[in-house]
Amino acid sequence: MTQAVPTTAVEALPLPDGLEGIVADWSSDQRAFKKVPWGKAMMWIFLVSDTFIFSAFLISYMNVRMSTTDPWPNPSEVFALTLWGNKIPLILIAIMTFILISSSGTMAMAVNFGYRKDRVKTFVLLLITAALGASFVGMQAFEWTKLIVEEGVRPWGNPMGAAQFGSSFFMITGFHGTHVSIGVIFLIITAIKVLRGDLDRQRPGFLTGRKGNYEIVEIMGLYWHFVDLVWVFIFALFYLW
Amino acid sequence: MAHAEGQQHPIGIYLKIWGLLFVLSTASYLVDYFHFQGYLRWTLIIVLMLLKAGLIVAVFMHMLWERLALMYAILVPPLLLLVLLGIGSLEADYTFFTRGVFFGND
Repeated sequence: MTQAVPTTAVEALPLPDGLEGIVADWSSDQRAFKKVPWGKAMMWIFLVSDTFIFSAFLISYMNVRMSTTDPWPNPSEVFALTLWGNKIPLILIAIMTFILISSSGTMAMAVNFGYRKDRVKTFVLLLITAALGASFVGMQAFEWTKLIVEEGVRPWGNPMGAAQFGSSFFMITGFHGTHVSIGVIFLIITAIKVLRGDLDRQRPGFLTGRKGNYEIVEIMGLYWHFVDLVWVFIFALFYLW
Repeated sequence: MAHAEGQQHPIGIYLKIWGLLFVLSTASYLVDYFHFQGYLRWTLIIVLMLLKAGLIVAVFMHMLWERLALMYAILVPPLLLLVLLGIGSLEADYTFFTRGVFFGND
């Protein structure tokens, strides 16, 4: 028997596009999100919930910044660094931004090589992504240390102006840094799985017992790009405002 | 029953978007470096931010190639945050006003 028998409705029926497609997908009495592995759909839904968390932080930051009668410390000066005798505004934050964008680029390429089953390239790109992420966290630790030790910023006050500056800053960047750190850990785990060939041999994962496949690299990528996405908003709204 | 559902695109598109993100980030850094102020600063910051966010979601996160059902399920709910944004700014203005009235003339 040479002809393959279609085993699912997805393969058997053509999927309509556009608004008709939305109605058809949602009313299909099977699964709403077609052409994506369910793990990816679940990661997207988690990311929506995370979007709401970060938005709540950023909107509450907007609220306290707009409502304070004290002057807000100027981020451009607070986060300036003196390099080679020149005071350059916001330079550390700019470097951190470029590092995170670069890590997003290497992550996207890791996903691509993953689907081509190029184990070594995927592994190397995932490790580069993890290294860039780790250096981002390192710079953030340096930034926090400088702010706490040299500038005297505390969650309840600071010498430069509005007391809300410290609490907003530590809350928002702390939560983001936690996300980056968790991402680095999972990047390393994913990289090891790729190199060991777990994804080719469909070896069950240690935690969930699910069979390994290259979809997990893309799902990992979604999380990592989201971390970069949040930083875009933090950079614009906290550092540039 | 492993049918391939992965997204596969040419590497070139990622490199182009990567470059574009670098350019946009440099531009938003220069907004601060050249001390633009007022509405010009605000417009530039918000536009550059949304462009970068859009590129990341559309290309790096592959949203551009997903079916409309997933796209709407993910992208529409966050629009609710605009309501929270509105309430937050109204409330902040009121707090600022009352602080001015009660603590203004110390």
